[in-house]
Amino acid sequence: MELTQNDKKSFLEPLFKNNPVFVQILGICSALAVTTSMKTAITMTLAVTFVTAFSNVGVSLIRKFIPGSIRMIVEMTIIAALVILVDQLIKAFSYDLSKQLSVYVGLIITNCIVMGRAEAFAIKNAPTGSFLDGLGNGLGYGCVLLIVAFFRELFGFGKIFGFVVFKTVQNGGWYVPNGLMVTAPAAFFLIGAIIWIAKTFNKSLQDAE
Amino acid sequence: MAKESISRTFAVAAGLCVVCALIVAIASVSLKGAQERNKALDKQVNILRAAGLLQPTEKVDASRAAELFENCKTVVVDLESGTIDESADPAEIEKDPNNKIKLDKADDIASIKEIPAKTVVYLFYDETGELKTVVLPIVGSGLWSVLYGFFSLDGDLNSTANIVFYDHGETPGLGGEISNPVWTAKWKGKKAFNQNGEPALRVIKGTADPASSDIDGISGATLTGKGVTNTVTFWLGEKGFGPFLKNLRAQNGSKSEN
Repeated sequence: MELTQNDKKSFLEPLFKNNPVFVQILGICSALAVTTSMKTAITMTLAVTFVTAFSNVGVSLIRKFIPGSIRMIVEMTIIAALVILVDQLIKAFSYDLSKQLSVYVGLIITNCIVMGRAEAFAIKNAPTGSFLDGLGNGLGYGCVLLIVAFFRELFGFGKIFGFVVFKTVQNGGWYVPNGLMVTAPAAFFLIGAIIWIAKTFNKSLQDAE
Repeated sequence: MAKESISRTFAVAAGLCVVCALIVAIASVSLKGAQERNKALDKQVNILRAAGLLQPTEKVDASRAAELFENCKTVVVDLESGTIDESADPAEIEKDPNNKIKLDKADDIASIKEIPAKTVVYLFYDETGELKTVVLPIVGSGLWSVLYGFFSLDGDLNSTANIVFYDHGETPGLGGEISNPVWTAKWKGKKAFNQNGEPALRVIKGTADPASSDIDGISGATLTGKGVTNTVTFWLGEKGFGPFLKNLRAQNGSKSEN
């Protein structure tokens, strides 16, 4: 199967140029909640990528049959079924992570990125393109999640992926952890900074004066 | 049939529901076993940590956990009388919805509103059959959330062995540090009761006297510390495991006299 230019574009654009978090400003709530450590951020990235990619495929496959009047409910049902599937899998195979992610896996259902891509892309495009679009958006979201989690875990706990980088005072080291980093506002500041940097380097994102 | 007709709408909705329901049902049924095993193992690991048989970060599989439970007697305790109910099944009692007592406001220092009438306690023995550790389940309110944990006493039923919180929603890095083993290690050996037999453990601000029953609080987590103090005080008190520990002490005393 040959990938068309458009397919490649739908995968690559959301990674940076049309990133769901810092360009479309979607999915911010979970970006605050699950970014206190790299490990939860990675699991969340994989979960969201899986759901966006396959819900896009599902919606795209039946797009010609979906009546307009129940369009959004159909999309929601497909997304909800996939999210429950992911939640069950994490609970069965990675119980510790499921305890850390708690309700946030279930809340992928309400992540605007998933619904947004189904509604904006999959409903009018072929399955291959839709799959790549979902993959791209999930990973674009994940990139931001990982950047935020990197700074929050490093400065909030002195660790990266659970490995001690700065030994904290609580554990008999020298590093006094930054209390702001472990709370949600820190993620707002970091995402704000990322948006600022992205807009500085990509002039097309700037609002016209 | 036109795409927008009513019958078509119903057909698509019904078809989709059946497919999605099937996927969810299959996942739920086929993964249930693994999920329940995970949950049970997680609980066992936390009990073993409280009993000091597992290091805080050590992980074990189900068979090793079962091995460590070999010298453990799981008993159902009637909290009010403090006696062991031999006829009750530990697995059943935790599921029984009628197994609860409402607390008076004055008694409810841990802010939990109700407690189980009967609860499961884990008694760990050493090779010679001497009581080594008693693991008691505790629950209480912290600053933001309900704290669930296990509190354990040494065989003398007075020295603290460990305190483990396995579920809470306190601020990570501040109140959340109550589950940090470095902090919980400060509880080890502290006398749980004063000369009058009243619960004496307290989380305080500043430096605690090593000989006292005070524990250094976590800086920035004064209110969570207060919640921990209240929780432990409640469960070691008259409404909690007080009567049971008294009976157990009497039993142990008579045994050593023989």
